[in-house]
Amino acid sequence: MELDLILAQLFTGVALGAVFVLMSVGLSVIFGMLGIVNFAHGAFYMIGAYVGIFVLTLTGSFWIALALTPILVGVFGLFVERILVRPLYGRGPDYPLLLTFGLAYALVELVRVVFGSDGVPFDTPELLAGGFDLGDLGYYPAYRLFVIAFTVLILLVLWVVIERTRFGLIVRAGARDPRILSVLGIDVARVWLLAFGIGTGLAALAGLLAAPMRSVNPEMGVAVLVEAFVVTVIGGMGSLLGGAIAGMAVGIVVSLTSLWMPQMATMSMFALMTLVLIIRPQGLFGRDDLAR
Amino acid sequence: MKAIRSCLTRRVALRGGALSLAAPAILSRAAWAQDAPIRIGFPTPLTGPYGAEAKDQVRCAEIAVAQFNASGGLKGRKAELLVRDDKLSPGEAATRTLELIEKDHVDCIVGSLSSSVQLAVNEITKARGMLYVSISQSDTITEASDFARTTFHEALNPHMTAGAVARHVFKPGMRVAILLADYAYGQEMAAGFRRAATAIGGIDIVLELKHPVGASDYSTFLPQIRASKADVVCICNFGRDQANSIKQAVDFGIKRQAKIVVPVLLYNQRLASSPDVFEGVVGGSNYYWEIENQFPSARSFNDAYRAAYSGALPSDYGAYGYSGVRLILDAMRRAGGVSADAVIHELDGAHYDTCKGPEIMRACDHQAIQSVLILQSKAKSNMKNDADLFDIVAIDAGAEANLRSCADLGHKS
Repeated sequence: MELDLILAQLFTGVALGAVFVLMSVGLSVIFGMLGIVNFAHGAFYMIGAYVGIFVLTLTGSFWIALALTPILVGVFGLFVERILVRPLYGRGPDYPLLLTFGLAYALVELVRVVFGSDGVPFDTPELLAGGFDLGDLGYYPAYRLFVIAFTVLILLVLWVVIERTRFGLIVRAGARDPRILSVLGIDVARVWLLAFGIGTGLAALAGLLAAPMRSVNPEMGVAVLVEAFVVTVIGGMGSLLGGAIAGMAVGIVVSLTSLWMPQMATMSMFALMTLVLIIRPQGLFGRDDLAR
Repeated sequence: MKAIRSCLTRRVALRGGALSLAAPAILSRAAWAQDAPIRIGFPTPLTGPYGAEAKDQVRCAEIAVAQFNASGGLKGRKAELLVRDDKLSPGEAATRTLELIEKDHVDCIVGSLSSSVQLAVNEITKARGMLYVSISQSDTITEASDFARTTFHEALNPHMTAGAVARHVFKPGMRVAILLADYAYGQEMAAGFRRAATAIGGIDIVLELKHPVGASDYSTFLPQIRASKADVVCICNFGRDQANSIKQAVDFGIKRQAKIVVPVLLYNQRLASSPDVFEGVVGGSNYYWEIENQFPSARSFNDAYRAAYSGALPSDYGAYGYSGVRLILDAMRRAGGVSADAVIHELDGAHYDTCKGPEIMRACDHQAIQSVLILQSKAKSNMKNDADLFDIVAIDAGAEANLRSCADLGHKS
């Protein structure tokens, strides 16, 4: 009995971990490539859910919303980078940090004005309603299984793009040494622009995917920003693999804490982060030069 | 030295001049107070997660004021509402309340939504002998330690709602699991369920699980609830936590094995979620518009709201805004003035009906003895229109026996 329960908690933890990974990947991309600590990540995530609802109401299809939302919000991200963030490069990390911090407040307020501070209902897409009986592991909703599979797919695509394409090579080089890269005749500004757009698009995608699992409201990104930071810091800022492993680790720790000390469930992830930072300040897979 | 002295005398002269200029103003102020409007300070969390509830409270409070004025006011004296945003923060609420009293010279305070804001406002009004009608659903304010003779609690409290729901749902032999938010509200509600379970007898509370307030994911709490094999799962949390936790519990199939029950079924959370998620969930409430078929006072309140807001219907928390303001204005009218002593005299033990049938203001702790509605969320297929959210499965009539006793709360009588 007790063993069954522990197994069920472990499984739930891994599944929750996948959700954490999904939510932190956009943040990780922007930090890894541009070195920007993006405090507007949670706001982009929230915007993703609302844009998703907008497209869904317009077209009636969750799948069209799933395809269009990251592109629409990604394009918005391009404008944010070009107009707001770019003038701040080379001024130290606190400038973009404060900018995105303020931007997050403005975006949340904007959504409150347009859509109201109430939440908006978002039903699970019909195709993925219901769930599966997994025996001792209990009943598991089909939609969550889809989200886990989709997250794995996103990670694979990202890995291929970053590790196996010319664009990825340039991006990696840019993260190491932008000056040498521009000396080699590559327009670094354009690479950063694209990376920021991709990061925002990924945040929006996570927000839309989360909408049927959690409620949609203007403040939905606040908790996610914190969770995404914890996962990214544990994994090592800018490391895709680190983020994936850290997400799983956080999911499992939260789940097992829920079993033995439920009221500490949220705090447990910070405890884990503290522990990791004491032992490895740069995170599990972080590069020393980024941790400084 | 000489220069200083001359400076001082000039200052004194100036001050004297200013006073003599102000004298007529002070005199006329006393006369003006006779027909100046009755001012009601109304702190409410307009910004923040409960903005929607707060805005509806303001809409409803405005109706109470408009009705009072239309029916002649207090011997011709009109009332006005001074709405202030307390931002759901006790500090902000205290500052705004102080301002309302000292600067705006209000005659009473009505409002507050969260338990901690209610206590902060109460501290201020208590110290200044200011009339205060609280409309927050928390227990603490009526206990002897925080009690003020000028404070009245018009809202339900956890003991009343959880008790009424438990009396309706719990049957001897049942297994009950409780999921609660780990703070005052959740703990008070869970305690209400436990007390009711003991009173009914034969109820096995198999699991009590505390979740952090504002948790975004509840999946990790659900395996234990499933394993507890409970017949009833009581979910004791508020606002978005309620919508979120119910949604995820339903996604994970809890409804297939147990009945989901909440102490307070929130109108706005049901609206922000879908009928499929809430279908069959049972909970208590202070107000639901459909009681207009049983109580004329509810019908006239709904009609006024419909007329003022293009056919819309008031929410549960909105109704508190109405009943709180209506309660104090009616008492002032009966008392023939706004003095605290006269109004308290009118309200102690008063029988009244603002918008939900008969209520009694208990004299010992100033808690309103009132009915609790037991609601069940409707299936989408049974909804006649967008406002047709719940079935009223029972009305737990207000009775002193359903409240914690005066002695239990630390009062002498």
